[in-house]
Amino acid sequence: MLLETRALTASYGQFRALFGVDITVAAGECVAIIGANGAGKSTLMRSITGVIRNEPGMVLHRGEPIGALSSAEVMKRGIAMVPEGRKLFPSLTVEENLLIGGQMRKVPGPWNLDAVYELFPILRERRNNSGTALSGGQQQMVAIGRALMSNPELLLCDEISLGLAPVVIRDIYAALPKVRAGGAAIVVVEQDIGKALAVADRVYCMMEGRVTLTAKAADVSRQQIHAAYFGEAA
Amino acid sequence: MWLDTLVQGILLGGLYALFAAGLSLVFGIMRLVNLAHGDLIVFAAYLVLIGVTLFGLSPWLAALLAMPVMFAFGWLLQTAVLNRVLGKDILPPLLVTFGLSVVLQNGLLEGFSADSRRIPAGSLEGASLDLGLVTVGVMPLLTFASAIAAIVALNALFYHTALGRAFRATSDDVVTAGLMGIEPKRIFAIATGIAMVVVTLAALYLGMRANFDPSIGPARLIYAFEAVIIGGLGSLWGTLAGGVIIGVAQTFGAAVNPEWQILAGHIAFLAVMLLKPRGLFPRAVD
Repeated sequence: MLLETRALTASYGQFRALFGVDITVAAGECVAIIGANGAGKSTLMRSITGVIRNEPGMVLHRGEPIGALSSAEVMKRGIAMVPEGRKLFPSLTVEENLLIGGQMRKVPGPWNLDAVYELFPILRERRNNSGTALSGGQQQMVAIGRALMSNPELLLCDEISLGLAPVVIRDIYAALPKVRAGGAAIVVVEQDIGKALAVADRVYCMMEGRVTLTAKAADVSRQQIHAAYFGEAA
Repeated sequence: MWLDTLVQGILLGGLYALFAAGLSLVFGIMRLVNLAHGDLIVFAAYLVLIGVTLFGLSPWLAALLAMPVMFAFGWLLQTAVLNRVLGKDILPPLLVTFGLSVVLQNGLLEGFSADSRRIPAGSLEGASLDLGLVTVGVMPLLTFASAIAAIVALNALFYHTALGRAFRATSDDVVTAGLMGIEPKRIFAIATGIAMVVVTLAALYLGMRANFDPSIGPARLIYAFEAVIIGGLGSLWGTLAGGVIIGVAQTFGAAVNPEWQILAGHIAFLAVMLLKPRGLFPRAVD
């Protein structure tokens, strides 16, 4: 298994955010994690990427415990993150933002500056702009491109549609199949259920720090999702 | 006469900019105010002095050899001590560097006594250059040129290398820098190491231009700090401008009345703070 969490728990001080979460992601797979605000989706991402440190065995990469590693160590194993809120570096230009994504992990793969500019042509025109001078959608493209620059085995996308216009969301989601074609597995964390189900093979639904539904995206019914999402019968 | 004073002041500003560049670098990257900065300059000056008096090296060669030693010292200091206290609270690093300042001063006093020393610079000491309108000392000119060279080199590192990119990214956002595979604590250690290389350069000129003893560090820290603040936090050219403003104010103060030299520098600092509280060239994001 490419990535696995086992009875993953996480807390912010007194507040318990995750209660024993088990998910798996196979190589090349696309998994959606849906759930309402505060369900624990972002905490799950932060735990996998080492922003929150855990017990070593709570997160496994190819069977090896990585739960206690730093973000930098997790990233160097090929797990790249598109963080919620995009988090571009304001002191860096668009191109520098992309370059910094790949400078600490140099492995052969389909992604480099040219490939990212081909994926998002508008970024080539804005390459010398400050990252923060861009529109929200363009910033999201930079954040995705930046994560791809390390040629990850697994791309984690945290709320990449948040705050964007529908037409922009469509453009961004159109890039994901190309990312998969490059060989990377993808996890999309979404509140937009429709978008998530459209790209994913499998879906996990979370509520109040627990996984409430695990299903194949093609098989799942609206009623099942409704029950798992809101915790009540449809 | 006034032109001469102005030129002397500008050149003196080069020395203050050298004092300040390392401070500015460290503050810009990790928001750490190193209260031991002045004492570290004095420490490096003694290191250069050892090379000159004990091994008979030229001051330039002694400084060149002291640079990697000081880099390692800075790296170790950051890794073993300062990284442990950096965090949301700005007080612990202030206390620790204040303590380091006391330790360094007393350690130097123990090792070198309170006698004032000087790094012998040979024929350079009194040499001057006739530029027609004014005559300038070769040593102040070299100091100023070194300050500019140091700033050009640091800016090239900052804006044209992968390491510089990592410096700026870490300064912007430590957590996201971690997601890029960057270990912020390693970046901080390298930055402090580089700051100590600049400190060594500053120490060379400090020691060749005037006498020094273990107690003069804190005053150098204040000049450096004022230069950084006048220039605007995080801008190295601003730091040079800040150094020049203090230097010019001091030489004009001294020209009016020798007792006013130091005071005039501090008044210039206060005046800039009244007019531009964020400094002359503040960074856009902070």
